[in-house]
Amino acid sequence: MKILVVEDDPEAGRYLARALNEAGHVTDLAADGEAGLEMALAGSYDVLVVDRMLPKRDGLSLIMALRAEKRTTPVLILSALGQVDDRVLGLRAGGDDYLTKPYAFTECLARVEALARRRNPQSAQLTYKVGDLELDRLAHRVSRAGEDIPLQPREFRLLEYLMRHAGQVVTRTMLLENVWDYHFDPQTNVIDVHVSRLRGKIERKGQATLLHTVRGAGYMIRDPGR
Amino acid sequence: MARTTAFKLSALYLLIFAIFSGIILGYIAWNTRRLLDAQITETIETEINALAEQYRQGGLRRLVAVIERRGRQSGSFLYLLIDPRGDAMTGNAILRVPVQSVSPGWSEMRYNWPDEGEERGRRAKVRTFILPSGLRLFVGRDLEEQDRLQITIRRARGLSLLLVLLMGGFGAWFVTRRVLKRVEGVATTSAAIMAGNLSQRLPVTNTDDEFDRLSLHLNAMLDRIGELMTGLRELSDNVAHDLRTPLTRLRNGAEGALRKAETLEEAKSALERAIEESDHLLRIFDALQMITRAESGNLATSLKPQRLEDIVASLAELYEPLAEEAGLAFDTRIGTDLVADANRELIGQALSNLIDNALKYGVKPAGEGGSLTITAEKAGGQIRIAVADRGPGIPEDKRAAVVERFVRLDASRAKPGLGLGLSLVAAIARLHGGELRLEDNAPGLRAVLVLPEVTDSAARTLAPGIALPEKEA
Repeated sequence: MKILVVEDDPEAGRYLARALNEAGHVTDLAADGEAGLEMALAGSYDVLVVDRMLPKRDGLSLIMALRAEKRTTPVLILSALGQVDDRVLGLRAGGDDYLTKPYAFTECLARVEALARRRNPQSAQLTYKVGDLELDRLAHRVSRAGEDIPLQPREFRLLEYLMRHAGQVVTRTMLLENVWDYHFDPQTNVIDVHVSRLRGKIERKGQATLLHTVRGAGYMIRDPGR
Repeated sequence: MARTTAFKLSALYLLIFAIFSGIILGYIAWNTRRLLDAQITETIETEINALAEQYRQGGLRRLVAVIERRGRQSGSFLYLLIDPRGDAMTGNAILRVPVQSVSPGWSEMRYNWPDEGEERGRRAKVRTFILPSGLRLFVGRDLEEQDRLQITIRRARGLSLLLVLLMGGFGAWFVTRRVLKRVEGVATTSAAIMAGNLSQRLPVTNTDDEFDRLSLHLNAMLDRIGELMTGLRELSDNVAHDLRTPLTRLRNGAEGALRKAETLEEAKSALERAIEESDHLLRIFDALQMITRAESGNLATSLKPQRLEDIVASLAELYEPLAEEAGLAFDTRIGTDLVADANRELIGQALSNLIDNALKYGVKPAGEGGSLTITAEKAGGQIRIAVADRGPGIPEDKRAAVVERFVRLDASRAKPGLGLGLSLVAAIARLHGGELRLEDNAPGLRAVLVLPEVTDSAARTLAPGIALPEKEA
């Protein structure tokens, strides 16, 4: 994946770019808003990671300029301003996701990959299939090895989100944001309990493990055959 | 002196007062004069009618006889009848005008009584007639009386204007001085406050006037500032203390690992502990920042009419598995149509903190028979969202303290926590115009978030949610 990082702090920028490179992505780095906008318009990037406070042109203005040029490249906003209203402003300006500094790199990587996947047309499927686990969005049905699994509405949304991002790490905050629509820090393992309940329903004894816990990052649902 | 508001206000007041008094007095004088004039005209008119009647009945001779008779009475009209050549036929006055050229009608002219010398003459209002035989008849009335009255009025006008100015001046000075003395009081007190004496309060006279209301508002503001200052001072002390502990742990851990860690595994686990420790510090900062934002009222604009039952239900659903895992009987009783001006995110955070507390501290030591009950209802214009547990509760005398920042009741601080949870809930409640009440659940703690209900039907039309970009569909 080709990623543009627009970050004025050289150390933070280099760290992020190197870490993204290590994760297998091609990364360019811009140090101010003007340069960032120019590169974003010139190059074809899969995802932009934009700091909110930038010299010459601030992050939100960069995103608005980009959207005015009809560029739909997904943007992850990085900001030291983590409060409710700041997030709303960022998303209104045309950002697609918002991450508060300081952040864990795993969180950032998971979100960047989720954003890139969003562009992929296959993500808007009506059914998802991971191994022998199937989810039908229209019929609201989940089955494993042909056997129906009854799920609560919230469990269904949780599984749907995990399966849409099959093969990718999904962090606990991403789950809280996208399944429950809350952005605060719950400070407890509240998400873990929901995931382990879901796991108990979709994985019977003797069946292959599909829903994996990624240590220090989150969860991933993955086809055991691949 | 001339620059004080008191002087300016008095002068302005006086000027306006004087102008209006002048206008009123002038109007009175003008009206009086007009009235007198009309009166004179009328009497002359009556006299002329009488003379005309005599003339009609008795001809010229009768007219002359009447004029001669009447002319001798004291305080009489003045009469003069001249023939076409200009010679006086009869009359009691000498007109000091070229009598032959006076045209008929009303005019003002000077005259003398025949026994007077030829001084400047008196003023009279005269009506002139030309009789059919070419004779001219003058009938007039002396104006001296009117002039005297005019002078009296003018003098009275001057005097009353002076009096008005004096009284007005004194009145203005008195009123403005009284008003400005109180303004001065406010200024003096605020100067003292600015000099650092925050305990000073503005004087309140209990008259419930504008100044009292101003003073009361300013005093309330000072109270709030005082609270914030005290809070800030305590906070910085607490921050210093509470950040020092984890920072020391972080530093010691890193130092220890640097000295002792021999294998890569050991070094890695030390680094992981360091990250955990810094995450904990960051959470403290986040919570503090959130409290500050909520308390400063910056987020008040983000409040929109919301159905709180939806928020409560989603939080209950989020935490239910965790409560059951902790062995608590989980119960919810959520009413309907609980509309309040709220920020969903903040209310969610507040409830999350309360439920988190109940899970942490509301468990019975024996682990048996604990429960967690979440209720939401409305009563008397308020919405009460309660999170109740059956744990040890909080003694009444400590309830105020736990809402303070960094206060934790377990001295050992064995349970994980920031000591900021309830402070944040209280700040969020205040931001929403409500409060956090800690009550006895007998046994256990019932934390109640009390918020004002939106009852106005217009405001109840729920604002559409903030337009977020489409979630991944």
